[in-house]
Amino acid sequence: MSVDLYISKFVHLKANTVFVNGKAVLTAADQLTFNEFAKQVYKQKALSYPKFFKMDGLSKLAFLGASFLFEEAVPPSNTAIILTNNASSLATDRKHQASIDTADNYFPSPAVFVYTLPNIAIGEISIKYGLQSENAFFIFDRFNTAVLSQYTAALLHQDKSEAVLCGWVEFDGASYEAFMYVVNTTGGRAHTENELEKLYKIID
Amino acid sequence: MKAMVYIGAHHCISPLGFSSQENFTHLVNEHSGSREVVNPRLLPHPFYAAQLNEQKREDAFSKLGEVNNYTALEQMMLLALQGIVDKSGVAIGPKTGLIISTTKGNIDVLASRSKFLKQRAYLPVLGKVIQSFFGFQHEAIVVSNACVSGILSMAVAKRFIQQGVYDNAFVVSGDLLSAFVLSGFASFQAMSDEPCQPFSAHRKGINLGEAAAAVFMTKNQQECVDPIVKIVGDGSCNDANHISGPSRTGEGLVRSIEQAFSEAKVEAKDIDYISAHGTATLYNDEMEAIAMDRMGLTTVPINSLKGYYGHTLGTAGMIEAIMGFEAMTHNQLIASKGFDTLGVSIPITIIKASKKVTVNRFLKTASGFGGCNTAVIFEKLEA
Repeated sequence: MSVDLYISKFVHLKANTVFVNGKAVLTAADQLTFNEFAKQVYKQKALSYPKFFKMDGLSKLAFLGASFLFEEAVPPSNTAIILTNNASSLATDRKHQASIDTADNYFPSPAVFVYTLPNIAIGEISIKYGLQSENAFFIFDRFNTAVLSQYTAALLHQDKSEAVLCGWVEFDGASYEAFMYVVNTTGGRAHTENELEKLYKIID
Repeated sequence: MKAMVYIGAHHCISPLGFSSQENFTHLVNEHSGSREVVNPRLLPHPFYAAQLNEQKREDAFSKLGEVNNYTALEQMMLLALQGIVDKSGVAIGPKTGLIISTTKGNIDVLASRSKFLKQRAYLPVLGKVIQSFFGFQHEAIVVSNACVSGILSMAVAKRFIQQGVYDNAFVVSGDLLSAFVLSGFASFQAMSDEPCQPFSAHRKGINLGEAAAAVFMTKNQQECVDPIVKIVGDGSCNDANHISGPSRTGEGLVRSIEQAFSEAKVEAKDIDYISAHGTATLYNDEMEAIAMDRMGLTTVPINSLKGYYGHTLGTAGMIEAIMGFEAMTHNQLIASKGFDTLGVSIPITIIKASKKVTVNRFLKTASGFGGCNTAVIFEKLEA
């Protein structure tokens, strides 16, 4: 029957700061762009993963979040990934659109186009951690605790996955925000909508 | 014990017709929706694609609403949903879900000459347009997971119903033929300049297409109006290999099919037909053949419908599944259009001509950018 589910770890990336389990672990200057901030985090964590620099903003954001969640141990291979946001891949979509908008300045690039799908961010995390697992990207206008927790429970209760990496990863050009967490059956904070809402706002 | 989930109604809006039956009749007769298109606003050079007739779409939509207030994609998706709303007659209640599958949504509004606000490109805005048009009580769950979105959205609906979140759900998919997507695939050099030829030796790449499709899914058999189909198993698995190329070993697809088999409690011999993804790119088709071989499925009749619809992105998995439901209803397999000589390293059983065969159960698969794969098994009510 229904197994109890727990949130084992959570991370926020917001306002050029990384918070792990609600505590600031890394802060960069306010005036840095997201790309500068991301580069700083990458260096401080000594990630040595050159592909990182080919990624678009959304993938970088999700990738960095995962690097904190999985810093102690590689997750089980069937850890599912469910990510959500409001802007999909629109920041990169606008770039691709700009490259085709006028006939005399037409230069679409495959390196940009491949990132015009939000689930590429899931692919990048899967590749890095060898996660051959369930994945889905859902779009909502806000961090939707109800739907995310219901789908997470469905994957775990219906034996599709052993653990789930969940997240709200919003990247819309000038603004960004990530809240990512791991849900499993072994222990931690109770995986409830109230708890998720509380943890999401814990850094405010 | 998980509840059984049924598909009780379906509808398609495509270049091959504005109902599932009309679409299927064209497939039986091997009529393709793909044509050579010459339209510099879409792509600087001529290309093959399955494009919906604009006038026909607007004429049909004008019976539902004001054409000028809705984007092309919204019109297609609302027409597809209206088809099942009319048929099913089910009242939209507090436990009715709305799930939307799309890869790019209203991406055409980003173009400088679009008359719609750029805001319309946000997918939750598309969700709200559809939700409010029909008066759904729940906001839409938008699934945007590349080319598996259409079939994954049906697996997602099944899981929500089995989890007790919904009693039934309307699931709609749609994607446009747009300058955005055409230019991107052209830059990848993934497009054929001729009708596409899935699994063939001379295949040169994909054709793109546009379509919308919708299904009504429920745990209550009494709510079904079309010949009832059960969704008996599903699985989705990432390759964890490459963001824009499929795994050479078909690992993610193999695991997706294994998961679907295990849930459905079936094996290869129980499958009567495989509706493949079959995009007609070199690497995709080869990967699928390898995965089918690893699963012991090489003697099961298999086709790709991309020769009829082109690649319709977020709609592909759903419209191809719906044509599979029709194949079960009519016990009729459809020729894999564009196929001539086998061009994959494994001898798979491509359907060369439309034929009457008992079809009780079939496997639908899809794979996409980001390394995603999904497999779903559908079965007749009394298989």
